Amino acid sequence: MALLEVRDLTVVFQRKGEEPFRAVDGVSFDVEPGQTVGLVGESGCGKSVTSLAIMGLLPKRGTKITGTVSYDGTDLLKLSDREMRDRRGRDLGMVFQDPLSSLNPVVPIGLQVTEVLERHRGMARKEAMIEAKELLDKVGIPDPNRRLKEYPHQLSGGMRQRALIAIALACRPKLLIADEPTTALDVTIQAQILSLMKELVQDLGTALVMITHDLGVVAGLCDEVNVLYGGKVVEKAMRHELFAEPRHPYTHGLLASIPRLDAATHSKLTPIKGSVADNIPWSQGCAFAPRCPNALDVCVRVTPPEEDQLGRLLRCHNPVVPGTPAAEEVRA
Amino acid sequence: MVLGLSSKKDKIDGLAESAGVSLAASAWKRLRRSPVFLTGAVIIGLFFVLSLLSPWLAPQDPSVPMLIDQVVKARNEIPPPQPGHPLGGDLQGRDFFSRLLVGSQQTLVVGVGATLIGLTGGLVLGTLAGALGGWVDSIVMRIVDVMLSLPSLLLAFSIAAMFARPSQFTVILAVAIVQIPVFARLLRGSMLAQRHSDHVLAATALGVKKGAIVFRHMLPNSLSPVIVQSTLVLATAIIEAAALSFLGLGNPDDRLPEWGQMLGDVQNVFDTHPHLAAWPAICIIIVALGFTLMGETLREALDPKNRR
Repeated sequence: MALLEVRDLTVVFQRKGEEPFRAVDGVSFDVEPGQTVGLVGESGCGKSVTSLAIMGLLPKRGTKITGTVSYDGTDLLKLSDREMRDRRGRDLGMVFQDPLSSLNPVVPIGLQVTEVLERHRGMARKEAMIEAKELLDKVGIPDPNRRLKEYPHQLSGGMRQRALIAIALACRPKLLIADEPTTALDVTIQAQILSLMKELVQDLGTALVMITHDLGVVAGLCDEVNVLYGGKVVEKAMRHELFAEPRHPYTHGLLASIPRLDAATHSKLTPIKGSVADNIPWSQGCAFAPRCPNALDVCVRVTPPEEDQLGRLLRCHNPVVPGTPAAEEVRA
Repeated sequence: MVLGLSSKKDKIDGLAESAGVSLAASAWKRLRRSPVFLTGAVIIGLFFVLSLLSPWLAPQDPSVPMLIDQVVKARNEIPPPQPGHPLGGDLQGRDFFSRLLVGSQQTLVVGVGATLIGLTGGLVLGTLAGALGGWVDSIVMRIVDVMLSLPSLLLAFSIAAMFARPSQFTVILAVAIVQIPVFARLLRGSMLAQRHSDHVLAATALGVKKGAIVFRHMLPNSLSPVIVQSTLVLATAIIEAAALSFLGLGNPDDRLPEWGQMLGDVQNVFDTHPHLAAWPAICIIIVALGFTLMGETLREALDPKNRR
């Protein structure tokens, strides 16, 4: 049995007098211990909402969550607030996007690390400080004794994110959810943070759910990749297969829109036309159809079912066929 | 060469010592160089020193009518300045200069007392509303709205009038209660902003308990507007207490002078002896100005957008 099993997770936001909005629509995936699973998609595809739903951090009012999120056999969605609070930070860790705003600006870093140690591991302040120093050392923050006394604004962006990772891993959670952990960092620091996460995940055997819009992150880190579009998983495959042969036109488009070092000079990038605003509801057809270069008549009339094709899941009426010119464009 | 190395080492040591600059410390660094803040601070500093030392500094006893033989009530005659009494006497023949000096003490007590009580009440209500939200928030904020809808002086006046026997304490209480909704609304607003901030979400994601979230993560980050407001309220409190005294709702016991009360006592002789009103009024204006200057610069200094 997998450590985390998400089944048919659906999140509907309902406001008085407004159409209910399905932010996440029947998402299922598994995460094994030590495995890294990616959730990829553009802004508004439901990836962050998925992570917040797993952590139980969505506001109660106006939100309807269905499906199951079973962690080590218990359904997290059925737990009480108090039980969930006990698990957050201890069993489930989370790293957020913006390291500056995710740290409390008026509390020194040290106290923010010890807070979680005192809370979940019942340590005394002194003991926790020693552990905090070791944690900062482990995530590669130089001169940890000094940094413990400093405030978030005195640290660089990369160091703040390292500190956040230290806090998230302080209680050695079995599952870590990282919500775009490198988006707010510059490229060289991104690489450092990613290799740090990779290393820590391997050392501690932590399962990692990596939420990102950056396919470079996916390529470097994830074992399995779920591509989300409009709240549904449109393609799920192992990393190598996905990058070698993207089948869904959306995945294909994402890959084609990345600049390549080995591309011919003056060759143009191929963007995905339109925006998420063009989506049609999944209940009527394929949400991606209005932007899809492969769209057929059937795409706007019939919802494409999820099909298992040679070990990968695909939700498309007219997938990109490997070997065709369009597919070669990406591979070349 | 050796010199270069050692100066570099000094620089590094200097950097290491700068470790752990809190919001307060970095605000202080900027305030120290602000002439406006320094002006305010000097005024308030003098005011504090003066009010503490006034019993010893005052040349005469402020409660003894030593010039009573010069007071002729029927002809509105009030003792003029004379040797030993630089500002003359007041209506009861007491030394006016000494009363002015000692008056600073009671004025300070009223200002600080009213601000502290108002601040405490506002903190409690604002924290409740901002932390719990929902119906608690609605109830607290409706009460606050009702209180804010009345003109503050009228409200203070009504509260002061509810007490059968006005005293120093009723003045403080009346002025304090008027300030509670101001603090409560301010704190609730910044608490609500904190509630949806990333670091509170991050703390929640770590399983931090609700109490710790409120008192360690939300409240300390919401306090700076409240701190600024309290310096401004100190000024208003002194002025409002003066207004209450002027309207006859102040402390009837005038053995210990207070500037607002001194102002109120002389309203009948204002046209013939304007200096009796002018001196306490000038004192109140200067002190209020001092607190306001400090408050305004403090607000700028505590603004996180100005922080480096």
